[in-house]
This record gives sequence, structure tokens and C-alpha cells, in this order.
Amino acid sequence: MESRRRSFLKIAGVSALGLGLRPVLDVFASSGAQGDAPQVLENEKALSAKQWAMVIDTRHIRSIGDIEVMMAACHRIHNVPLLANKNHEVKWIWAERFKHAFPAKAHEYVNEKLSDLSLPVLCNHCENPPCVRVCPTQATFKRPDGIVSMDYHRCIGCRFCMAACPYGSRSFNFRDPRPFIPKIDSHFPTRMMGVVEKCNFCAERLAVGKMPACVAVSGGILTFGDLEDPESGVRKLLKSHYTIRRRQSLGTGPRVYYII
Amino acid sequence: MNDKYKIYTGLFIFIAMVTFPFWYNLGKAAPVPEIKLSEKAKAAGACVRPVAYMKTQHMTLLDAWRDSVVRDGKRAYVNGSGKEFRMSLTDTCLGCHSERAAFCDRCHNYVSVKLDCWNCHIDPKENA
Repeated sequence: MESRRRSFLKIAGVSALGLGLRPVLDVFASSGAQGDAPQVLENEKALSAKQWAMVIDTRHIRSIGDIEVMMAACHRIHNVPLLANKNHEVKWIWAERFKHAFPAKAHEYVNEKLSDLSLPVLCNHCENPPCVRVCPTQATFKRPDGIVSMDYHRCIGCRFCMAACPYGSRSFNFRDPRPFIPKIDSHFPTRMMGVVEKCNFCAERLAVGKMPACVAVSGGILTFGDLEDPESGVRKLLKSHYTIRRRQSLGTGPRVYYII
Repeated sequence: MNDKYKIYTGLFIFIAMVTFPFWYNLGKAAPVPEIKLSEKAKAAGACVRPVAYMKTQHMTLLDAWRDSVVRDGKRAYVNGSGKEFRMSLTDTCLGCHSERAAFCDRCHNYVSVKLDCWNCHIDPKENA
């Protein structure tokens, strides 16, 4: 066919019209399909925050028993195994001596109250979490509400996160944990051998409008709330008390504060 | 061609061994498994999505549920007919399909798909 200026312009015109039609058709197509497409929503009762945080008022801790109550509540609902061998131990929240939790702040002549004190320690849900940075599979990630969470489906058990976490907040399942769970709670999965696990700030309880398990049983020792809301309980406590954080100088931005 | 017989014997043995699985299993094809619906599932009448979709796409749906719950923290699923479900394998899926052996395992064993769901997720029956 002989190529003429006239026929070229015709074809170009029709092509331009066709390209212009596509977005219009797309709009019609999507508006029709939206009607019965399934939707994914958040629970209406879910508690939400811009940045979850915790304040631990150590002045109210009378004995290590207060901490054991929190440990028991957490470990029971999350199917955390109870392993006698310290090397295999799995823990989400546990008790630590002051000198071990705050090694830079303790010294040999520290006052008697502090040298005897045990305090609850858990994942600090850091602002700048090193565990998230090193995870090669993005199994550990930071949620928009500040919770440092894990997707156990993706964890390959490389334990980089355990090396990266300066708080020892992560435990590795060296053994199949199931036989060591005192009583399995069927509403929460267990883990399997070869994955790392950690505290999740009770994301599954927040999703149904409940406070974290440790906070619920703490009798006022623990306060949980939104760090970015000036009216929240944690902000009020932070405003009126002197608080410290674990290994603050490392720059991880821990979100668990201690009133000493 | 003095080795004709040796070669043919060797070839025959080779072909017989290679085709062994075929003729050994001839006529012994396992019957297509029948899924047994639990009473509760029968009573409910409908699954989260239409049955045809669930038959072919349940793994995609479960993956999408997992990512939504774990990553986005969104745990409520509203299907096409407006019914809401809590996205939970143990509570929602197994709550209805309570016979794991008769529902999940039968088909997966037949097609030789190894499930690792139960390494972590709990089959309520198993722990009853």
C-alpha cells in the first residue's frame, strides 16, 4: 500500500482515539466489579495509636512475685514454652536485676533499694529497631502503630535479629516447643523449631479492644498507651516523672520507659 | 554384531526398570477422595466465598488473610454478600471444618501436598 500523508493521519487519529478510550473503559469496569468484591476491615473495637509505648513504675513493685504474675499471664496466652535448660529458654517478658537491666547506671555502691530491685523487661518496640534492619527476609517488621512484630511464616531462623537486639528480647526455638507448653491455648498459634520469637505488645489483644495481658494483670505497675497522644496515660506519667530507658545511648529509641 | 543378544538383553532390562512404576501401578489408581463436610459446615450452607472459588483458590485466600492479619493488622473480612468473618485459621476455618483429617488431609494426601500449617497453628481436636 502506498503510504500517503492522508491515510497516515487517519490511522494516527483512530489510534489516538483508541488510547483515550482505555482509561474510560477501566473506570466503568472497576465500578461494576466493586459491588460484590470482598472487603478487609479493621475490627470496630480495635485499639489504635500512632505509637504504642509502655511506662513501668518500678516504685510499685513489692516483690518478684509481681513480675511473675505478668510473665505467667503473657506466656500462657502466647503458648510460650517452659524450658528448664537456660540455653534453650524462650521468654517474652521476664524479670531482670537492676544492675543487669541498666548496667551503665548501676555501680557497686548503688542504694539498697536499687541493688535489690528486680524489674520487668521485654521488647522495647524501638523507634529505630536494629532487628528489623538486619532481618534478611523481612520477617521482622515495624507496624504503623510502632509495634515491632514478626511474621513467623517468613522467619528462616538465621538469628541475625538476636545478634542485633541489644536487649536480648528475642528467643530462638532450639527445640520443638510444643511438648514444653504447659497448657496450649488454641486461640494463639505456637511456634516451631528453628524460628525466633518475641513480645508482640499483644497485637492480637489490641485488635479486639483489650489491653496487653501483662498490663491487665500488673495492678498499675505497667501503663500502656499512645505516645503521640498528649492526653494518654503514658504521656501524663512521662510528663510528671523522671524516666529512664534501657541503653538509650545506642540510639534505638526504646519505647518502654522506667520510673525508678 | 556379535553382542546383539547382550545389547538387547540390556536394553530390555533398562526399559523394564524405567517403566516399572507405570506397569506396577497399572489399574491401581487411587480413587478421587470424597470430602466429608462436618455437620456445622453443612448447617452453615455457605463458605466465606462461593464453593467453586474455595475449591480452587483457598490457598490464595489463606495467604491473603495471613498477610492482612500479620502485616496490616486488619482482621475482619466482609464477603460479597456482606457477611463478616474473623480472619482466623483456627477459630473461623477450623471452627466450621472441624474434621481436619476428613476435610484437609484427604485431598492434600491424594495430590501429595504437604501442609505445614499445623507446625504452629493448632488443630483444636488434636489438643482437646
